[in-house]
Amino acid sequence: MNDEEERIQKLLEQAIAPTRGKLQCDLWPKMLDRLATPAVAAVPWFDWALLAAVILLLLLAPRSVPLLLYHL
Amino acid sequence: MELPSAVSDQQSERFEQFARGDLEAFEALFRQFQGEVYRWIVRMVRDSGVAEDLTVETFWRIYRAHARFDPKRSFAAWARRIASNAALDYLKVAKPQVALEEDLAAAEGLNPGVQRDLRERTQRAFEKLPAKLRVVATLALIEEQPYQEIGEALGISVGAVKLRVFRATRVLRKELRKLGVEP
Repeated sequence: MNDEEERIQKLLEQAIAPTRGKLQCDLWPKMLDRLATPAVAAVPWFDWALLAAVILLLLLAPRSVPLLLYHL
Repeated sequence: MELPSAVSDQQSERFEQFARGDLEAFEALFRQFQGEVYRWIVRMVRDSGVAEDLTVETFWRIYRAHARFDPKRSFAAWARRIASNAALDYLKVAKPQVALEEDLAAAEGLNPGVQRDLRERTQRAFEKLPAKLRVVATLALIEEQPYQEIGEALGISVGAVKLRVFRATRVLRKELRKLGVEP
């Protein structure tokens, strides 16, 4: 560590105390709650954009419905 | 410290059971390591309530990733790595939190001679650091954790830790000067 780092470290030590925090309670009950919550699969933004584009296309060009159904 | 053979065997068995997805083994590991994971996270985020939530989040990620855990490797190191990622994810979106309430209440670690104003300006400069640099600076310069341990927890080399400390001090110096503090 160079001189400058030491000076800044000293300044930080005087301004921000190191943590001495200990865990005050057992977190297992919270963990059980978390485990009981079903995981919600996050839908990527791209999928939502694609869905919006398809709906827009169907609204603007209803004749494309058979074409879409054919490809599905 | 080396564990007695019977205890060590029991621990290895527990790691293997956990890797197979056994919930009882997970509970035993949770109870054994929750304090250690919490202490690591609270050093990074400096907020006890958030650290508790992130400890649960970390173990949730650990539980989901049980199949990827190699029982021959250190569980504590793996958990610290996941905890660091969870804490970094939080710090990237949260407002920087520099002081813990208990730190301020217990302030015996602080030099009473240092003016409150200087302390506040230093804290403000520190809050300006990007999350990645702030975490390394917190762990290395304030908590004085070994570079090797920081590197392992963040998944970077010791050289990269040194580089981030160097960059953090450079940014801090610049911010401190802007605030009228000559480091």
